[in-house]
Amino acid sequence: MNMNRDDLEKSLVEGIRNAVTSVTEETESSLREAKEREEKEGAKVQLDAILENIDVGKDEKRPICQDTGTQTFFIEVGTDFKWMDMLKDAVNESVKKATEEVPLRPNAIDPISDDNSGDNTGRFIPSIHWDIVEGEEALIHIIPKGGGSENMSKLEMMTPGKGLKGVKEIVLDQIAEMAGKPCPPTTVGVGLGGGADLAMELAKKALLRPVGERHPEHKIAELEEELLDKANKLGVGPMGVGGKTTVLDVKIEYAHRHPASYPVAVLPQCWANRQSKVKISSDGKVKVIG
Amino acid sequence: MKVLETPIDPEEVKELRVGDAFYITGTIFTARDAAHEKLLEMDKEEVPFDPSKYAMFHCGPAIHKEDGEWKVVSAGPTTSIRMEIFEDEFIEKFGTKIIIGKGGMADRTLKALEKHGAVYCQYTGGAGALMANAIEEVEDVYYLEDLGIPEAFWMFRVEKAGPFLVTMDSAGNSIHEDVADEVSKNLERVKSEL
Repeated sequence: MNMNRDDLEKSLVEGIRNAVTSVTEETESSLREAKEREEKEGAKVQLDAILENIDVGKDEKRPICQDTGTQTFFIEVGTDFKWMDMLKDAVNESVKKATEEVPLRPNAIDPISDDNSGDNTGRFIPSIHWDIVEGEEALIHIIPKGGGSENMSKLEMMTPGKGLKGVKEIVLDQIAEMAGKPCPPTTVGVGLGGGADLAMELAKKALLRPVGERHPEHKIAELEEELLDKANKLGVGPMGVGGKTTVLDVKIEYAHRHPASYPVAVLPQCWANRQSKVKISSDGKVKVIG
Repeated sequence: MKVLETPIDPEEVKELRVGDAFYITGTIFTARDAAHEKLLEMDKEEVPFDPSKYAMFHCGPAIHKEDGEWKVVSAGPTTSIRMEIFEDEFIEKFGTKIIIGKGGMADRTLKALEKHGAVYCQYTGGAGALMANAIEEVEDVYYLEDLGIPEAFWMFRVEKAGPFLVTMDSAGNSIHEDVADEVSKNLERVKSEL
């Protein structure tokens, strides 16, 4: 049993292409539902353009947005996975190839010299989050993340005494504050607890869970539903022109916290919730899922 | 929905009000921060095209060369508020009547729109594929070497590009201001019920 490195890179390029040229199925149906719900002409115009744009992207395999994002990967790798030695390299190479072939906008800039690397790779970029799991397989989540929505992220080291009410206030304040800037209707990732770094990472990881799917733990699922409902009462609307749909979903992940700290991270994803997955089986077969 | 043609008829623009949506057939030019700065430093007579005739689009396109010709990959709007520090002066100097971007602009621009009978329109953020599809030809590009791909002036010939939603008009209305007021009221109410 062997894995072909070329196959892996080709599949990863295909995964990146799928991700940047479409939104997830659940996101698309949620946007269609939103269009039915909206009454104001302005909100409808925005959603119509969004849906038409999604069709063009799919039909022509064209990036739906000119900001093809920072290439971001969440990789679940089994402890007995046999091709660990080539995985990171293959991901890097596939990003370079995708930049040429899809094509992607070169979005990796040295913060000191301001030079653009030109191929979407650089120091610590693409961004890869590793998760070690049991087994012999690897599952690679691809989530290109746009700059406009990422810029609206927030971390607050909340006074723990403010409790859950404080958490809700921070999330709703931020959704109101960011208004039309992250290209709503957004999917909002929320990370609670851990330290500053973990809260932010969890907020981004929470976005991997499909729109409409609730957290398996009841207490979190309830909190998600409450925030979803309340966020949509704010009236920001599609692209900030006013309306009933400000967010498509709120996804929460949490970690245990230090007694003195209660980090609350809010990290929005634009309506263009672009994602894809590549799976490597124990026999070395590579498959693009979605 | 209405289709406006370029060269722009200033009388037609004056009649547009917030909430109106339209398409454009003709020429639009892109301009981001550096492009505004560049033109504001130049004499009007030196500018190689007439910014009053065409719609201005806040956009840094994803674009590449295919067989020696520029092809637009995706061209959605960029955040307009960054151009707030230039826009009133730009409108005053060059007479631009239609400004397209996302997220809205502020007081200085609104006053200039009123004074010069211009409008600001929102094009849906992220809808870059749709716009690329409406671009029939890249007519020209100015100051590419100087400014780089995203910041250069790209002249796009478009067929029914849009829809563009008027969110700031020449009568002093701004949907962005109205929505911000409403959101802040709603936020107080929602938080009081927590």
